[in-house]
Amino acid sequence: MGLTFPDILFYFLSAMVLVFGTVVAFSKNIVHSGFALLGTFAGVAGLYGLLTANFLAAVQILIYIGGVLVVILFAIMLTRNIQDAQNSNPRQKIVLACVFGLVVASLLFYIAIKFPRLEQGITENKLTVSQLGDALLGTYLIPFEIVSILLLATMIGAVMIVRKEIKPEEIKEPRS
Amino acid sequence: MTLTIGLTHYLVVAALLFSLGLVCVLGRRNAIGLLMGIEMILNSANINLVAFAHYIVHDITGQVFALFVIVLAAAEAAIAMAIVLSIFRSFKQIDVTTTVELKE
Repeated sequence: MGLTFPDILFYFLSAMVLVFGTVVAFSKNIVHSGFALLGTFAGVAGLYGLLTANFLAAVQILIYIGGVLVVILFAIMLTRNIQDAQNSNPRQKIVLACVFGLVVASLLFYIAIKFPRLEQGITENKLTVSQLGDALLGTYLIPFEIVSILLLATMIGAVMIVRKEIKPEEIKEPRS
Repeated sequence: MTLTIGLTHYLVVAALLFSLGLVCVLGRRNAIGLLMGIEMILNSANINLVAFAHYIVHDITGQVFALFVIVLAAAEAAIAMAIVLSIFRSFKQIDVTTTVELKE
């Protein structure tokens, strides 16, 4: 059995996700970690595309790469010390963390192998964006509305947390 | 034994990504590095949701849940960055092992 094109694509994307993920987890430079996170998110978006979740792939690129990653990079630039960028992401108890990670990985591995080998996925374009919209505004209407309230609360909360307290006497009258 | 990509392949990739995220959360001292680990964990959970929707349920449900997870992750990232900036302003650093005081 030869490898078909989707198979090769799958292996390429998984390798991309895992290699960049390793860089994120082990790099000593936080800027390198941040940019490696880009590769991880892009690879996951590709995997969504392979799983016929086209809309999710687009949302992953828009929100994760365009939103979350930019916020993370801004936070890195606003908080790190330029001089010690080489050692900006120090580790603690890395051996213990790796051992724990290996234990969890082997457990999950065991479960994944035990799972029945299903290979018949959804056939060509059975799921469309319109179905997703129907589900969001039909079955999942209440969670959808709650999420919009949550986003509003997030926006106000983030502004409240980062704003500076200005005491009334510090406010200067504008010169007329 | 065929080489066709099945559910197991996606589960294995998600498991490895989850473990990498876990190592990142446990083994970091920089608060932003920690957050990157959390994002990786959420991404691996999303891969699982979409893979199950694709191979088992043959339905849109898994994708809807993955969409909600993405929204919550974005909200979490925004709030977390606000907290990190606020911590940096009062402590001049974001090392999670040294910023242990709750009150200035």
